[in-house]
Amino acid sequence: MAIQDYLRQRYFPHMWCPGCGHGTILNSLLRAIEELEIEKNDLVITSGIGCSARISGYVDFHSLHTMHGRALPCATGVKLSRPHLNVIVPMGDGDALAIGGNHFIHAARRNIDITAIVMNNRIYGMTGGQFSPLSGPGVNATTAPYKTIDNSFDTVKLAIAAGASFVARSTAYHAQESTDILKKAIQHKGFSVVEILSQCPTHYGRKNKEGDAASMLEFHKKNTARIGSKALEKNPDLTPRGIFVDVDTPEYCAEYEKIIAVASKEKM
Amino acid sequence: MARQKLKEIVIDRSWCKGCGICVHFCPTKVLEIDANEKSVAVRPEDCICCKMCELRCPDLAITVLIDQGEDNEK
Repeated sequence: MAIQDYLRQRYFPHMWCPGCGHGTILNSLLRAIEELEIEKNDLVITSGIGCSARISGYVDFHSLHTMHGRALPCATGVKLSRPHLNVIVPMGDGDALAIGGNHFIHAARRNIDITAIVMNNRIYGMTGGQFSPLSGPGVNATTAPYKTIDNSFDTVKLAIAAGASFVARSTAYHAQESTDILKKAIQHKGFSVVEILSQCPTHYGRKNKEGDAASMLEFHKKNTARIGSKALEKNPDLTPRGIFVDVDTPEYCAEYEKIIAVASKEKM
Repeated sequence: MARQKLKEIVIDRSWCKGCGICVHFCPTKVLEIDANEKSVAVRPEDCICCKMCELRCPDLAITVLIDQGEDNEK
C-alpha cells in the first residue's frame, strides 16, 4: 500500500507551512505503520491542539482531536477500554510538556502502552511564535523580543525520570532513522516516548536567522549525533540521538486486567 | 546488488509547496524548483533511487517509482 493510502486525501494539500518538519514526521510515521502492516482499524491517533495536532485529521485511522495538552488522558481512556488497539499520540513541544506536562509525566509513570511522539520545533507555531518550554535560553520569539532566559526541558531525561519504558530521540532530517525508531516504539509494550526534532521555518527559523527549511535540517544534521558514536564522544555538546531506554516493566493495562480478575473472583 | 533503475519520479504538483528540501538534499541534483515554485525532476537520468526526496518531503508529494521488472511490480 502506498503511504498516501493512509491519508484522508480530501484534506490535502495540508495546512502546514512550506518546509514544516511536521510533514516529514507524518511521512516517517506512515512508513513505520506501513512496514508494521497495522490495519487501519487497529490504530487510534489521538492529538491535542496545535500544528502537530492536525495530524489526527489527516490520517485515515480512528482519530480523536482533543483538548490542548489532554491528548494523553483521552488516549489513556481509549487504551483502557480497548487494550487491543494501538494508540499513538503525536504532540507538539508545548502541547506535551507545557500545557500537558502533568499528563505526560503521569502517563509515563503508569507505563501505559501508548506511543507518544513529541514533535519538538521549539516554538508555538500556530499561535504566532511564542517561546515554549523546549525553546531554551538565547532564542528569539514573539514573546521574547530580547531573547529567552528560560532553561529548557530535556524531553529524554524527563521521560526516563518519569518512568517511560521506551525513550528515543531523532530528527526530521533523519527520516529513515525516525521510521525505524517509531517502528520499535509502536511495537514496545509500555509507554514509549519518541522526541523528534522538527523545524518551524515560519516562526522559529525567521526570528532566529536560521534560514529556510533545508538549512534548518542541516542544523539538525550538524548538531546531533548517535549515542555511542565517535562524534558524540569528541563533542559532548551535540544533541544525542537514538534509543536511550528500552526495558520491559509491568504495563498498566495488563496489570489492570489482573485486578479485574481478582475483583471478579471475590464477587462470586 | 544491481543498481536500481528509475521508472519515474512522480511529484503531485497540487500538494508540493516548493519548500526546496528535496532539491537541497538530492545527492545527484535531479530536482529543481520551477517558475511556479513547484519541484520538478529535470535530470531523472541522474537519479540513483535513494528516495531521500520521498522520505523527507513534508508535503508527501513525491513518489520515486523504481523499475522492478515485470515479475516484481508493485
